[in-house]
Amino acid sequence: MRDPVTSAVTGTNDFVVKFANVNGSGSASANQLFAKAILRMGIPIASRNIFPSNIQGLPTWFEVRVSGEGHLGRRGGVDLMVAMNPQTWERDVAEIDPGGYLFYDSTRPVPRSRFREDIHVIGVPLTEMCNAAFTDARQRQLLKNIMYVGALSALLQIDPAVVETLLSEQYKGKEKLAKPNRDAFQMGRDWALANLACPLGLTLEPADKVGNRIYVDGNSAAGLGAVYGGATVCAWYPITPSTSLAEGFEKYCKKFRTEPDGRKRYAIVQAEDELASIGIVIGAAWNGARAFTATSGPGISLMQEFVGLSYFAEIPSVIFDVQRAGPSTGMPTRTQQSDVLAAAYASHGDTKHIVLFPEDPHECFAFGADAFDIADRLQQPVFVLLDLDIGMNDWLCEPFAWDDARRMDRGKVMTAEELEAGRVFGRYLDADGDGIPYRTYPGTHPSKGAFFTRGTSRDRFAKYTEVGAAYVDNMQRLLQKFETAKGIVPRPVLRQAAEPTRTGVIYYGSSSAAMREALAALEADGIHVDALRIRAFPFHQDVEAFIAAHDQVFVVEQNRDAQLRTLLMNECGIAPQQLIPVLHYDGTPITARFIRAAIGDKVLAQILPFAGAAAE
Amino acid sequence: MSFLPKPKLHHPKLPTNALGYTRRDYEGAISTLCAGCGHDSISAAIIQACFELDIEPHRVAKMSGIGCSSKTPDYFLGASHGFNSVHGRMPSVLTGANLANRELLYLGVSGDGDSASIGFGQFAHSIRRGVNMTYIVENNGVYGLTKGQFSATSDKGSKAKKGTVNTDEAIDLIGIALQLGATYVARSFSGDKDQLVPLIKGAMRHDGPAFIDCISPCVAFNNHEGSTKSYDFVREHNEAMNRLDVITGRAPITADYEPGEVREVEQHDGSILRLRKLHAEYDPTNRVAAMHHLHERKAAGEIVTGLLFIDPEPRDLHANLNTVARPLNRLGDAALVPGAAALEAVNAGLR
Repeated sequence: MRDPVTSAVTGTNDFVVKFANVNGSGSASANQLFAKAILRMGIPIASRNIFPSNIQGLPTWFEVRVSGEGHLGRRGGVDLMVAMNPQTWERDVAEIDPGGYLFYDSTRPVPRSRFREDIHVIGVPLTEMCNAAFTDARQRQLLKNIMYVGALSALLQIDPAVVETLLSEQYKGKEKLAKPNRDAFQMGRDWALANLACPLGLTLEPADKVGNRIYVDGNSAAGLGAVYGGATVCAWYPITPSTSLAEGFEKYCKKFRTEPDGRKRYAIVQAEDELASIGIVIGAAWNGARAFTATSGPGISLMQEFVGLSYFAEIPSVIFDVQRAGPSTGMPTRTQQSDVLAAAYASHGDTKHIVLFPEDPHECFAFGADAFDIADRLQQPVFVLLDLDIGMNDWLCEPFAWDDARRMDRGKVMTAEELEAGRVFGRYLDADGDGIPYRTYPGTHPSKGAFFTRGTSRDRFAKYTEVGAAYVDNMQRLLQKFETAKGIVPRPVLRQAAEPTRTGVIYYGSSSAAMREALAALEADGIHVDALRIRAFPFHQDVEAFIAAHDQVFVVEQNRDAQLRTLLMNECGIAPQQLIPVLHYDGTPITARFIRAAIGDKVLAQILPFAGAAAE
Repeated sequence: MSFLPKPKLHHPKLPTNALGYTRRDYEGAISTLCAGCGHDSISAAIIQACFELDIEPHRVAKMSGIGCSSKTPDYFLGASHGFNSVHGRMPSVLTGANLANRELLYLGVSGDGDSASIGFGQFAHSIRRGVNMTYIVENNGVYGLTKGQFSATSDKGSKAKKGTVNTDEAIDLIGIALQLGATYVARSFSGDKDQLVPLIKGAMRHDGPAFIDCISPCVAFNNHEGSTKSYDFVREHNEAMNRLDVITGRAPITADYEPGEVREVEQHDGSILRLRKLHAEYDPTNRVAAMHHLHERKAAGEIVTGLLFIDPEPRDLHANLNTVARPLNRLGDAALVPGAAALEAVNAGLR
């Protein structure tokens, strides 16, 4: 048994609240209300759903990190646990940091032995109050959630006026629904104010740290990006965690691409499997539409053969891969960055593909749109690698931005007029010396520009051939095209340390937020590290230059096998000892604490060998 | 897969169609299939059908999977874009192409390995989705390119060239197509061009999923005694339900028929399918009856051919999705990109 609690965890605008709920109990909207209320008070938050592969009955958690400093990665640890799920009581109670708080429904007595001595316990008779106030069974269950938000508003000093505004927005025109929600909130709040010592040591203070940022999930953002990117055909097969990406595309298409008579300027097909999904994408793109699919790792595995066709026949295709923990079915509702190699080298034979790594929903939108220009310009598959953490969680990020002067860049497409004027058309002819040939859309011209698309080898004029020299000529041109790609894909982003250093770190995707926080913490410890965020494969020359400019470079990833590091070694000819892997892959999002410890310990061990040995 | 260039010269007095094209304008590269292959007859029938229908060759997109049959799109309609895709996946590629541009004609060519084995799922789903296409399976009951293995349409009891007897039940693609909602269903035989050409014409004028199962003997691996897909066997057991003429407005009506012997069905695009009944009781507009008849005759050992089912008012995938009339691949920025002001409104809703 631990020592009795002597001091309580305290903090203003800097703590972690975790809600333990039962899947399907209606807790999500109450938890969203809690999160949004804090945001509206001008305080940054990072929120994450932790959920099982299940629709109803299994445990689910919602974690809110309040960070006045604006740290958006997962922190680790829990200061206040809202334990609403008896199934997970033991582990939820165990997870609370010493000195932290346990909030629970005290309607039914819980034996003293099931608490901890080193935490503060706050009981509120939620069920009892709900049953007294409401008659409908489903309403009782749903409003219990709103009621705990009410109690928390008193304990943490959430501005009730903000909650009132949010409820009014949510139930605009549905006063019948708004009233019981308002009542439940007030009941919880009043009970807490009357019976508990409010506020707790954890408090919220209005701030001005949110600015014009938006709060959105990466999948919706990528779906919206595809709308702005001009995609008209989406073919997909349901798979967690990517499903909401296709649904996001559909939602925004309905809003923006529906004619007054109801007809649609888009087509969405829920295909029979991932093979058909990518086949439909390739057929549509071959025929001149912008098309994409959204999937996750198992889908990528199934699409391999078609991806090779898209590469070799040079048909633009966009594949959003919302990564989850593999291999096989793995942990379908947990996050990882473990499809990097599967995407970069997808399919049999010699292949290399464009891969984009957005860091947050803002970039999911931007890359979601850019991917279509890149695919059209390079005429090959483009993977956009999200992960469950970015894709399915709401993130605070910069607002989406669009330049109205921008036009779709369809790449090298020869028109009927150009053909008519006698311009030479060779489908696989490198007319401009950049490795990118011209294509024609089917039906362009009655007698010119038709060609036969095939996955077999062919000459520069698309005629079938098995002549070795012609095959090599084509494969070399594809390499040339890949070189051209380096200047087209998003460049890496450098963050220079405050002081000159020979230590660097490379990171990408959803590790970004945790990385930024870790860098700040390391700097505070006197450890200076230059950081390069990779945003695309193939690697820009800046990447090689960065590695060359440092004695050691940490590569931070969320997979077991250091996949990006492998790609760096393989593509840039980097010696393995120069790249030190920092790997987090248990399915939870990477934390600043983890990165800071991994890099800090290693660097300190080099400076102070004995301290390092002790740390290990 | 032609290694030989085909001479462009042709006789100056070759007949032309309404567009001024000769039959030669619908040809492709020289076939590399075996001499006598049924597939070459089907290619010739496709050429004939497109010529007679006055189709502009570049308005056709010809798609295929992998296998002997899937090589054939190179051998017809040389002025059309073609796509020889992935084994068993022609239906999805065709579906995508069709979504991108609803104005072209889509001709999918596949084989029994391509459609009944590796691509059985895609075959089924493209049919049930109602893709507007002409889907021809060149069905020889055998894997030709890999030299003679049974395919999934090989009849139970059929004998392979090396003597093995097939013990697995055959998949009848016609039966599946009928069940899954194809709105034009026919079976024919590559050795009966008179029957096949009008069936292809009718299919190409059909605004929905049109499926033709064309038995096409493999002279190299499946044309022997004991095979149920040989020229001899099919000729002996072929039971034609009807004879079809496709009338598109300019073709004169020539034949005289006895009253009650002929049935005319007008398709949505105005073309008329004139069916000369060979089986008086057969009603090709009754799906359930067609399925019943098919199974009944099969049990009697017959291979039923002809136009087996027609729904003259089909709905296609575009109708189901309610897409705009203008092809999606021709929509520009103004139609597709909502713009900065709309995005700012989205942003405002996310705060």
